Amino acid sequence: MKALTFTLVGEPPERLDLSGLTPERLAGKGRRDIENIRIGMSRRGSLVGDMFRVAGSDTSSIVFEGGSERFDRLAEGMQDGSIRVVGGAGAQAGRAMHGGALTIEGDAGPHAGSCMRGGRIEIHGNAGDHLGAPLAGELAGMNGGVAIVRGKAGAFAADRMRRGLIAVLKGAGDHAGSRMIAGTLAVAGGTGEMPGYLMRRGSILLDRAPKKLSPSFVECGAPDSVFAAVIDRYLVGEKILKHPLLGRSPRRYGGDNAVLGLGEILFPA
Amino acid sequence: MPKLKRNLRVNGVKIDDTFAEAFGMRATALLITGPSRKWARQAAISMTGYATSVIGCGCEAAIDVDVPPSATPDGRPGCRVMVFAVSTDELAKQVLNRVGQCVLTSPGSACFADLTGVAELKLGASLRYFGDGWQISKKFGGRHFWRVPVMDGEFLCEAMAGLTKDAVGGGNLLLLAADNAGALAAAEAAVAAIGKVRGAITPFPGGVVRSGSKVGSKYKSMTASTNDAFSPTLRGVTKSELGPGDNAVLEIVIDGETSDAVAEAMRAGIGAVTELGPGKGATRISAGNYGGKLGKFHYHLKDLLP
Repeated sequence: MKALTFTLVGEPPERLDLSGLTPERLAGKGRRDIENIRIGMSRRGSLVGDMFRVAGSDTSSIVFEGGSERFDRLAEGMQDGSIRVVGGAGAQAGRAMHGGALTIEGDAGPHAGSCMRGGRIEIHGNAGDHLGAPLAGELAGMNGGVAIVRGKAGAFAADRMRRGLIAVLKGAGDHAGSRMIAGTLAVAGGTGEMPGYLMRRGSILLDRAPKKLSPSFVECGAPDSVFAAVIDRYLVGEKILKHPLLGRSPRRYGGDNAVLGLGEILFPA
Repeated sequence: MPKLKRNLRVNGVKIDDTFAEAFGMRATALLITGPSRKWARQAAISMTGYATSVIGCGCEAAIDVDVPPSATPDGRPGCRVMVFAVSTDELAKQVLNRVGQCVLTSPGSACFADLTGVAELKLGASLRYFGDGWQISKKFGGRHFWRVPVMDGEFLCEAMAGLTKDAVGGGNLLLLAADNAGALAAAEAAVAAIGKVRGAITPFPGGVVRSGSKVGSKYKSMTASTNDAFSPTLRGVTKSELGPGDNAVLEIVIDGETSDAVAEAMRAGIGAVTELGPGKGATRISAGNYGGKLGKFHYHLKDLLP
């Protein structure tokens, strides 16, 4: 069977809610049924058939030929299978994913991977603000899985992250890892203001010393770290990074002591 | 003991037409790494100390194979260690105590699970409490680790270790020689060859037993006693299995992750002993059994010839 392919016929005239186009929600549906799914978020109410040319039938493998920053809620709640976007995506891509793989070959908007619990998101371009973070009113952000951003991430990446791994390869904005509950955020390419601001637990792994750190972090020296060796080998082995991030004895700062203080920021000594 | 037929010979070494009788066991495997080969082995040796026989030690354990840095999760030298016990509860207790007292305490060590099985034992999930609240949980790549702060940095330990119920304990070879030097040379050759078989260990000192046992004793308190049939000084006063020229016998006891691993190890051992030949080593190879009624696994020597 060929992958179920949605070929974008033109720039969408409204924001699109693509949360209904996941492998489990499309399973068993025929092409006509799929084309009649409403995805437009304004009164215009565009249908799938208005925006895409639909081909293929393998709902476990979905391809969007062409992307748009108006593609919202892409792969939301996905459990299994794969979705690939040949282009960019809008807000909340991969939100609350439980499994499967989402690949975005362009940029993603804000709240990518928000509250995801499992699976793997790979964004070849940049990600907007609040990568993996909760929406307003939610208590915790990313709760499992892996999110990889090969470009830059905006501000508040991994905000209130609880579990899982986020890797950003070309730098993150201000307050990366703010209010982290646990989990691991790896950033190559530098971070903005105050990484780890009000983090309770969790690990922020950097490839260089942070430019400005909250004074409520304390230096803990640079003892040999087996964890650093293991995560370095994992990141390189999974082809997330080309080179080790930390080395054998990274410098460690503990914090944020303005809150629980059990988190850490590690970077090469 | 079944009647012996002594007409099988390989490179001049007699092979008895008999079999080793072995039992089902529970087992786990751990990968212990250290800052150098010396310290990885030191942690592994300490952890597997006093673990020769379940009769008196609670478990049987030994280093399975050395693991090169390129094959360990942290890129440091490592040792694969196997631990065998008769029950899941005993295995869990032994592993936890031994890792807690011998690996956690060893400079620069880390401990990883190295076996995927039907069940799991708590490892770091229990040892983490040593961290007194400062321990850190890390989950990535489908694995769960605990980082426990210690005086030289951190002890990294996998949260759970796999357990197999397909393990086999009690595979064995009896090496008969004209003198002690010959028996020891044969035993050393066999242990070296078995050491290359992944998934099989020889838990006794240096892999060798000189005090093979039989079931039962004339004393009520003893469950096992000396194997008089293979003890040269008792020739003539007991029903001996030894010929007139057999003056020393050493035993190799083998535990394996699977029955195939035990068979492969016995094959390797027989191969090494026969290659050495009767002039420098053993003149005869036999095996211990209980008539085939106690153990589920039987390894016939004639089926394991090189």
